Amino acid sequence: MWIYDKKLQYPVRVSKCDPRMAKFLMEQYGGADGELAAALRYLNQRYSIPDKVIGLLTDIGTEEFAHLEMIATMVYKLTKDATPQQLEEAGLGAHFANHDGALFYENAAGVPWTASYIAAKGDPLADLYEDIAAEEKARATYQWLIDMTDDVDLQDGLKFLREREIIHALRFREAVEIIKEKREEKTYY
Amino acid sequence: MEDNQVREWHPFIGPFDPCPPVRVKTYVVPPNQFITFQPMNLPQFSPAEALRLGTLWPSLYSNYTSKRRGEVVTDE
Amino acid sequence: MSEVLTEDYYRKLEELQQLDFVLVELTLYLDTHPNDMQALQQFNKTAQQRQQAAYNFEMEYGPLLQYGHSYSRYPWQWSQTPWPWQV
Repeated sequence: MWIYDKKLQYPVRVSKCDPRMAKFLMEQYGGADGELAAALRYLNQRYSIPDKVIGLLTDIGTEEFAHLEMIATMVYKLTKDATPQQLEEAGLGAHFANHDGALFYENAAGVPWTASYIAAKGDPLADLYEDIAAEEKARATYQWLIDMTDDVDLQDGLKFLREREIIHALRFREAVEIIKEKREEKTYY
Repeated sequence: MEDNQVREWHPFIGPFDPCPPVRVKTYVVPPNQFITFQPMNLPQFSPAEALRLGTLWPSLYSNYTSKRRGEVVTDE
Repeated sequence: MSEVLTEDYYRKLEELQQLDFVLVELTLYLDTHPNDMQALQQFNKTAQQRQQAAYNFEMEYGPLLQYGHSYSRYPWQWSQTPWPWQV
């Protein structure tokens, strides 16, 4: 089971009302390489991966939910109390017509999230390389998002998330090394 | 902390491309690309620095600067 | 509710976020380095510090964990604001 921790992983700040950036950030909320896809990808793969890396998939998958909450917080703060006109000018008119101010699992272009974003092959190497690729793609998305805003507070939170992708990618690559080992128990380091 | 993580390349410039050409393009190669398995006992950031930068280990940290407003990606 | 959040609230919260982040990093590291005794000792020591910092925060600002992992005063504090995205 999971226990909710009533705090963010990182203190998220934004310095202005900016629904335009909120729309772009949706890519990391409900996009193919976003945090929802990441969490569900790892937490689904863990049921068939070799025992020695289940812990890692569980822990990274859980951290991704903390990142999903950070993205939601950014979107919430960037759009809170924005008028329908402001949302429309930011390209969120169609979103507003359907969802008002509610979040929805969709990407920056408004395409709804789909399970086909996440792969599960049942082969440990295929799955782990999928995960490494997903982390590198998410890192790239964070770079493009950092490039699109001059809000240093928002950049700050996005830089944290970008660095986490780098760490996760390294851990998955270590998991590949562990999977490659011949012996069941090894003192790897 | 981070040696140069930015790679440059010089794309071919054709004569019939109307957007002003970018002569030097860049991408980042983060330090995780050079570590197969993290060695034990690497030096650590303080907890405050670690949270701010997104990692506990200086040798895994990758700086990224926004390209907005003509800034370029650099490593200081 | 719109009580004003104090500087002390943000300071205590960030102190806890810092300790918890060290624990996240060490957790992922230990998942792939289960035999690193020194990292394990650091993990256990930080977990102890975390417990103290969380206790101090909760005494002042209410429960952090649901389903009985934190205590509550009267009236039931869990469902009270602020929620993490509101602060």
